[in-house]
Amino acid sequence: MKPPKQNLISRIGHSVIDSIWIMGVATRFLMQVLWRSGTSWRRFGLIIREIYASGVLSLVIIIVSGLFVGMVLGLQGYQTLQTYGSEQALGVLVALSLVRELGPVVAALLFASRAGSAITAEIGLMKTTEQLKAMEMMAVDPIARVIAPRFWGGVISMPLLAAIFSIVGVFGGYLVGVVLIGVDEGSFWSQMQAAVDVREDVLNGVIKSVVFGFTITAIALFEGFDAMPTAEGISRATTRTVVTSSLAILALDFILTAFMFRGV
Amino acid sequence: MSTENLIEIRDVSFAYRDRPVLKGINLTAPRGKVIAIMGGSGCGKTTLLRLIGGQLRPTQGEVRVDGQVIHQLGVDALYQMRRKMGMLFQFGALFTDMTVFDNVAFQMREHTNLSEAMIHDLVLMKLQAVGLRGAQGLMPHELSGGMARRVALARAVALDPMLIMYDEPFTGLDPISLGVIGNLIRRLTDALGLTSILVTHDVHESLEIVDYVYFISNGVVEAEGTPAEIRASKLPFVHQFVYAEEDGPVPFHYPAPDYAADLGLGSDR
Repeated sequence: MKPPKQNLISRIGHSVIDSIWIMGVATRFLMQVLWRSGTSWRRFGLIIREIYASGVLSLVIIIVSGLFVGMVLGLQGYQTLQTYGSEQALGVLVALSLVRELGPVVAALLFASRAGSAITAEIGLMKTTEQLKAMEMMAVDPIARVIAPRFWGGVISMPLLAAIFSIVGVFGGYLVGVVLIGVDEGSFWSQMQAAVDVREDVLNGVIKSVVFGFTITAIALFEGFDAMPTAEGISRATTRTVVTSSLAILALDFILTAFMFRGV
Repeated sequence: MSTENLIEIRDVSFAYRDRPVLKGINLTAPRGKVIAIMGGSGCGKTTLLRLIGGQLRPTQGEVRVDGQVIHQLGVDALYQMRRKMGMLFQFGALFTDMTVFDNVAFQMREHTNLSEAMIHDLVLMKLQAVGLRGAQGLMPHELSGGMARRVALARAVALDPMLIMYDEPFTGLDPISLGVIGNLIRRLTDALGLTSILVTHDVHESLEIVDYVYFISNGVVEAEGTPAEIRASKLPFVHQFVYAEEDGPVPFHYPAPDYAADLGLGSDR
């Protein structure tokens, strides 16, 4: 029997109700993860393992991307600053762009595609192959044993990756600006040192990357845990992780920037 | 609490939303026996296992395990009870990021304070019992289907449970592995004094090793008895099932309108 046709208003209503439902389920899931995180902190080795999986294995893509982004910033920045005769400020431009924005945001986007998708696929497959059910039947809580360590592993890895991205990026800017083009090295470093504020710039960048890490890992874990236990279900969940995380990063970045740098 | 029956299921009904799956099931599993639950696909066999494991709550009736009503236990008590149960999933459900050794050691590390040296010896003993001591360093993806199930069996008996539930343990196995798994189920049950519940539709292999059989169809126990009684049964459903007849109480054809009418024959066209 064919299902009765729905009119437009009814369809919109259904999708709104579904979205609210999913948000409720996701929030409850996140609360459970936070509530049952005790095991992870008591057995810190579990979190270390996940820092390796999410963080260390993402290092290559973060370092290579950071280097190129820094080099491009060096080139573009020099072109623009040269017009006003202030190419000595290249270090400031490169460092502030990276520490405030590009470091946290680009590293988070890369983290979502590299580690977020891997987490979703792994949890989805564990669900499909009944590994989570098996764990439950062994009287081991899968949220405490599998989900929470991955969550904290992601939250800890993200700011470290963003910091490495920014450091390598600054080095890339130095390579192009100072070594290649010939901007004065002393001005490059001293102006950067004078203009970059630890609290205003570095700390705010770190706060951003912690928020992004929290968001990406929570989305990736929920999508994996909630995936339909089929090949297609996992594929869709992985795609949703990357898309939703990327949009969330960009939206959150705007909101956080608006709050952090409004008086500057 | 020690009662003669490890599992007692009384008048249990269960429905997924408004679709009834089990309708007033009665079933007992005496200690030390291998009990088979048989029936066609989708008849509610696995649901019954999940009710025994406390993963689902019946809509009516009660499921007692070791004298306790499982669905009335709190989370901690339920987890305590599950430590005394083992479950073998259809395809093993081994943890894919751990070696065979670590899979078997998993519960020991999670639930006991045994030293690594002790765990090492215990794991090797369990693996020796299923003939896979030599495979301790392999990853699950390096195992054949039969080997994976044997490892899962070693993992299920890791903490010497009182009950093991097997969900379709014979699915997709070659004849040799099938015989090996069947014999292991019987041997481990006898040697360790376990109670085993076997959900399967592999009639011939199971009738060789079980003590008692329940046939489920349309959510009710259609027939029950010892393997000899089941083989001799004249009940049409049991006969069709045991002798793999194509048509019978379980029809070959899914309900459909008249064939000729569906093809447009015999009408005015």
